[in-house]
Amino acid sequence: MNSVILQIAAKYVRWLLVFFAIVALYRGHNHPGGGFIGGLLVSLSVIFYSLAYDAERAKQKLMLQPGTQIFIGLLLILISVLPGLFQKGTLMAGIWTSISIPVLGEIKLGTPFLFDIGVFFAVIGVTVMFFFSLKKVGQWK
Amino acid sequence: MQIVLLIYLIASFLIFVIPERIKKAVPFFLASVQLGVFIYFFSKIGLVSGGATIIEKIAWVPQLGLEFELVLSGLSLAFVLLITGIGVLVFLYSYAYMKSYSRTDIFYFYLFLFSGAMLGLVLSGNLILFFVFWELTSFLSFLLISFFHEKEASRKAAFQSLFITGLGGLILLAGIILIGSVVDSYSVSVWVENAVMIKSHKFYLPGLVLIFIGVFTKSAQFPFHFWLPGAMQAPTPVSSYLHSATMVKAGIFLLALLNPVLGGRPEWTYILTLVGVITMFLGAYFAITQTDIKAILAYTTISALGILVMLLGIDTVLSTKAAMLFLYVHAFYKAAMFMIAGFIYKKTGTLEWSKMGGLAGIVPITFTIALLALLSMAGLPPMLGFLGKELIYEAKVQLPDVASFILVFGVAGNALMIAVSMFFLFKVFLGKKGKSFEVSYKKDWAYVFGSGVLALLSLFFGLFPSFLGKNIIEPALNSIRKIDYSVKLKIWHGFNDVFFLSVVTVLLGFSLFLLIYRKNRLLEKWRNFNLNFFTIRLVDVFDNTMNSFLKLAKRKTEIVQHGYHRYYILTIFVVASVLLWYQVYVTQGWSLLNVFTLKPFYISGLVVVIVFSTFFSVISSSRIATIITMGVTGYGIALIFLYYSAVDLAITQIIVETLILVMFVLVLQQFPLFAKLSSKASKLRDVLIAITFGSAMTVLALKSINIDFNNRISNYLIENSYVKAYGENVVNVILVDFRALDTMGEVTVLIVAALGVFVLLKSKKV
Repeated sequence: MNSVILQIAAKYVRWLLVFFAIVALYRGHNHPGGGFIGGLLVSLSVIFYSLAYDAERAKQKLMLQPGTQIFIGLLLILISVLPGLFQKGTLMAGIWTSISIPVLGEIKLGTPFLFDIGVFFAVIGVTVMFFFSLKKVGQWK
Repeated sequence: MQIVLLIYLIASFLIFVIPERIKKAVPFFLASVQLGVFIYFFSKIGLVSGGATIIEKIAWVPQLGLEFELVLSGLSLAFVLLITGIGVLVFLYSYAYMKSYSRTDIFYFYLFLFSGAMLGLVLSGNLILFFVFWELTSFLSFLLISFFHEKEASRKAAFQSLFITGLGGLILLAGIILIGSVVDSYSVSVWVENAVMIKSHKFYLPGLVLIFIGVFTKSAQFPFHFWLPGAMQAPTPVSSYLHSATMVKAGIFLLALLNPVLGGRPEWTYILTLVGVITMFLGAYFAITQTDIKAILAYTTISALGILVMLLGIDTVLSTKAAMLFLYVHAFYKAAMFMIAGFIYKKTGTLEWSKMGGLAGIVPITFTIALLALLSMAGLPPMLGFLGKELIYEAKVQLPDVASFILVFGVAGNALMIAVSMFFLFKVFLGKKGKSFEVSYKKDWAYVFGSGVLALLSLFFGLFPSFLGKNIIEPALNSIRKIDYSVKLKIWHGFNDVFFLSVVTVLLGFSLFLLIYRKNRLLEKWRNFNLNFFTIRLVDVFDNTMNSFLKLAKRKTEIVQHGYHRYYILTIFVVASVLLWYQVYVTQGWSLLNVFTLKPFYISGLVVVIVFSTFFSVISSSRIATIITMGVTGYGIALIFLYYSAVDLAITQIIVETLILVMFVLVLQQFPLFAKLSSKASKLRDVLIAITFGSAMTVLALKSINIDFNNRISNYLIENSYVKAYGENVVNVILVDFRALDTMGEVTVLIVAALGVFVLLKSKKV
């Protein structure tokens, strides 16, 4: 595919999708959204970009390779699971604190949120890995 | 004692951090650790021989009532001293023997862990703990036997030993659980207390047999003995350790440990004496026709293990005493003989006795040591072996109803042992000088140190047996039989029938030796006779069984895992719909119709669109059209989700639908042109299956609305979502908090799937 309109659009839509993904991730705990949806949105941005240009270029533009993203995701999940064990004696028990940030106001942070971020990264990694693997098949011929 | 086990664990990992330039010191380091442990336990002799039992307990899995219980009784002390004492010597010997090999780090690592596991085994006071160490020794001996894994014979022998002892271990576990269920505990002390109850319980015999099978595999009893000769593929220090103080003695230890629990019944006596006698005789019989000196020693080990099992089977005070003494006799001479065999191998570059001879003049010190060790092995005075043999005869005479049977085989077996020992001595050390000796080894005191110490100990204890009897045999005996008996060992028993038996044995053995020594052809004929007569070799039986098992597995896999995706799906659908329809049939009386209520027109319209697009996707003859109509179905369902205010679900559905669409298009554009290949019949079959499965799902969905789902759980989640988990979005809170474990599992599945796709598609040659 070689559409100039699509390519120009992809440049900006990519970031728009990432932005919405982060919004979805952030607001997930209280409103529709969350790590899974956020992760899917980010991978959509990658797929959109690689449809407009090509997979190689999209891969180069990636900040983190799929394998690394899966790694980060699993690591975050693991980290989020542990504090409950030490503080409450139960694995995965949620621990919450709140901090206040000037513009955003009071923010509640907890291990479930960290868990959600882990899911976010893992989903990105998995979906993008799927996509690139399939894209390779597309180059058989 | 827990700290001792910890020391073993830590010290074995320390091997890898020892800097390169003092790597040579590793065996000395390990030997000194062993020596320290030996001294520690040696200092406990006074306490234990006074009748005390040292018990250490810490909670292990309290929910299951399991404790990490270590017990130092007279019995375990007797074994501990052997394991650590011979351990010291084996590590010193390894220093000389393993010098010329690479990967010694890992060798010492395995060997040291192995001795730690063995120590844990004999100290266990809980049978589950015991089993863990039991399996550890099996596993580590597998690693040790396969140390020269570039040789096929090593790999094969290691696999055999792992398979036999591993299988035996599992059977043993079953036996332990069976008996444990009778008294509801795995603690040995509880078992001993409830011995009467166990013996009269209906689980006694099955439990006994299962435990015996475990013991027989580990201690190389007939018909599981064949892995032990194979195990000599291990480096010689390992053989020396494995055959004398560890591994094969684990089964003997278990028998002694459970003697007060399971013994005293005819089942115990008859099974053990029968198997023991057969093993003893066969071991000695096959030892004499071996051509490889390590194999000769391996078969004599089998014979000795048979004697031990038989003695514990006779189950009298005298026989148990004889067993404990013979344990020491055998450990001393067997460890020494293997060390000598290894030395001879280094010296001559061969293990075949036919190529040896006249070594006495070349290595006089080794010759002297071997002479002492072989005297002990033959059971001749003034060695410790003599005492052992006398006691054994005494014990055998005691068993009234089968004494004659046991005695005949006992005398024959011992005569064979004498012949083997003398043959070894004359063929290897005396006589004509052998042909090709490559003297490519470095002289080292460490080669003879260990065997020398052991041979001298055999001699010393033979002459002055009272120390051994009083401090080691007596407490062991008393802790096995729960009695207070005082052991007095002496070398001269007077002219009684036991002495007469000894004389007969010696005469028989000597004449047998003369016969085969004078006429070399005879031995050859004998060997050929064995090969022809015993046409069924257990090793081959084992190999054939394994091979046909693998073939069966392959055939089964070919049938079940045919590799046709469509048939996998077909199988799943057929099985699922059969089960579903069966359930529908069983739970009749459903009213499906009352779920239909009027919905706004746009929802009804949506449903019509979904149905129509689904239908179109089936009959369409263009792949792209199919995908797009499937997409319409998906988006339509997302809209319905939205109508029922399941926003999260709707968003996810839309994104996933988009992703799938894109990926499908990506793959399908590379496919060949669409063609109708299926026959009418197969199409009809597919249609039928699809309708059956689809209608089953429909009924299920309709029914699920009607079921009263007892809303407790969902109400709890809704009520507590904000209170306890600080989140207003219940769906998300369920995902990341209430049901986080599920999510974690799902993420894992996804990742494994992604890795699978990645690897599968990557391996495809582009």
